[in-house]
Amino acid sequence: MRWSTARKRLGLALTYVVWIALTLATLFPIYWMFLVSTRSRVELFGNFQLYPSGFFVENFIRPLFRDVYGRYLLNSLIISTGNTLLVAILAILATYALSRYRIPGDQNIFFWTITNRMAPPAAFMLPMFLLYSRILRLGNWQLFDTHIGLILAYCVFNLPFAIWLLKGIVDGIPVDLDEAAMVDGASVIQVIWQVIVPLAAPGIAITALLSWIFAWNEYLFAATLTSVNARTITTGLAEFVTVVGTNWGEMAAMATVCLAPALLFLSLVQRYIVVGLTFGAVRE
Amino acid sequence: MKSNRIAWGLLAPTLLVLGFAGLLPFFYVVYVGFFNWNVFSRVAGLVYTGADNYRRLVFDADFLASIGRSVRFTFWAVSIEMILGMGLAQSLMRDFKGKGFFRAVYALPLTVAPIAVGATWRLLTMPGMGPLPYYLKQIGFDYNLGRYPAHAFATTVLMDVWHWTPFVTLTFLAGLTALPKEPFEQAMVDGANRWQILRHLTLPMLRPVILTALFLRIMDALRIVDEVFMLTGGGPGMHTHYVGIFVWRVVFPKTDYGYGSAMSVLLLYFTIVLCWLLLTSITQARREAGT
Repeated sequence: MRWSTARKRLGLALTYVVWIALTLATLFPIYWMFLVSTRSRVELFGNFQLYPSGFFVENFIRPLFRDVYGRYLLNSLIISTGNTLLVAILAILATYALSRYRIPGDQNIFFWTITNRMAPPAAFMLPMFLLYSRILRLGNWQLFDTHIGLILAYCVFNLPFAIWLLKGIVDGIPVDLDEAAMVDGASVIQVIWQVIVPLAAPGIAITALLSWIFAWNEYLFAATLTSVNARTITTGLAEFVTVVGTNWGEMAAMATVCLAPALLFLSLVQRYIVVGLTFGAVRE
Repeated sequence: MKSNRIAWGLLAPTLLVLGFAGLLPFFYVVYVGFFNWNVFSRVAGLVYTGADNYRRLVFDADFLASIGRSVRFTFWAVSIEMILGMGLAQSLMRDFKGKGFFRAVYALPLTVAPIAVGATWRLLTMPGMGPLPYYLKQIGFDYNLGRYPAHAFATTVLMDVWHWTPFVTLTFLAGLTALPKEPFEQAMVDGANRWQILRHLTLPMLRPVILTALFLRIMDALRIVDEVFMLTGGGPGMHTHYVGIFVWRVVFPKTDYGYGSAMSVLLLYFTIVLCWLLLTSITQARREAGT
């Protein structure tokens, strides 16, 4: 009997060792990046201290206010938010239709969702780039390097994702509720707005938040479909490594800015991240 | 009849947007794939060449090599993630103080932008500046991912493991939590050991979840670009030019659009076939598991 409690204790101790090690391993790369962002160029090389010795704010100030990174940040905010709003509105309408009406071919939607989401971006980039910069243009106006261009492009992965996630939620709302509202003379749009949206609000919020994060994090479309005006923060981050003589402190600072929303929102989406990333195939 | 019109009305904006951003590029890329279109060539515009681009593709050693590298990367990264993920999910099944905290911190990499992941790992591993080469040197190991292809490869795998093992773990955990308790209690009563339970009960019952995670991880690892590009830039030489980076960095700048399109079509074709195969096996596993 004593043997088995000893073994249990050992198992528990081992669990703690493993999880403390994992926590450190998870946090260390991010912590190090933050450390680098606090150091000036001179302090950077050959400095392996694991604690900050000051805060070189210039790393944040210069790129954001005296370089283009402030605008990149604003572009990222506009594009992610715009895309999220568009996706949320379209997805609610589409989900309601898919959930309440019989539509031929709706069995294939999951497959389409998956292939759209899983398609190698390298395969979509070339045609999108050609369409945006060469084919779809009106006089001097083109979709290339515009906010709306990226907002539309991000629908490729976010819209199917949102529909798929929301469908499970709207399916769970009893049809009696919208029928009752219809009897009272409400139109379809009123039913959606007054019955479905309030009931599905938590699900919509989570879906929107995840879509926002995906749009914020996106890099390849942004890199191919923009050049100056609509560049996003992720693209800006990558620009650091393609130039010679990278200012690593500033890169670390911008990387910190780039992953700040992920840290902020993590506590909110944490519980739903598995559902979100497996398209609702695995529910907690 | 009327209600169907409403349904299509509600779907119309979505179909319009997806048709524009999803289907149009797809058909366009298939179309361009049959032409020779090179901005720098003597003949301007598109020249119809039939299946020439595809014929070229099959003998393109660099392209095939990049696919090979991607497959190797995917194999190592996903295998490690699956095994680690299963072990960690098992350890999260028992109760211990602070479990919620550990879990929350551990999930952190999941929402971080891939490009920022690449940036953090670059800062971590850069020769002369990163702590990893420095401390490895202290214990006598010459780590330099700019010089040794094997180190660069291993680092990309390690980075992917750092980024995505939490996803596999949490997915397995969700699956494990949803399993019925009785078979396990019965097995304990019958005196089965832990290994037997894992081998004959947990793994078979968890098959649909395992396949789902496997499927998503394989697809994602095969199309990896951002992180690796930030970390190694595809180097040293071509050693971490995985297929996505190859198409993007090598084919793109040459503005050989027809050939690039053929490549895109081939990648899309592989994706669709893989998706279909894996989805069918998941559906079948679900049916067998009776859920």
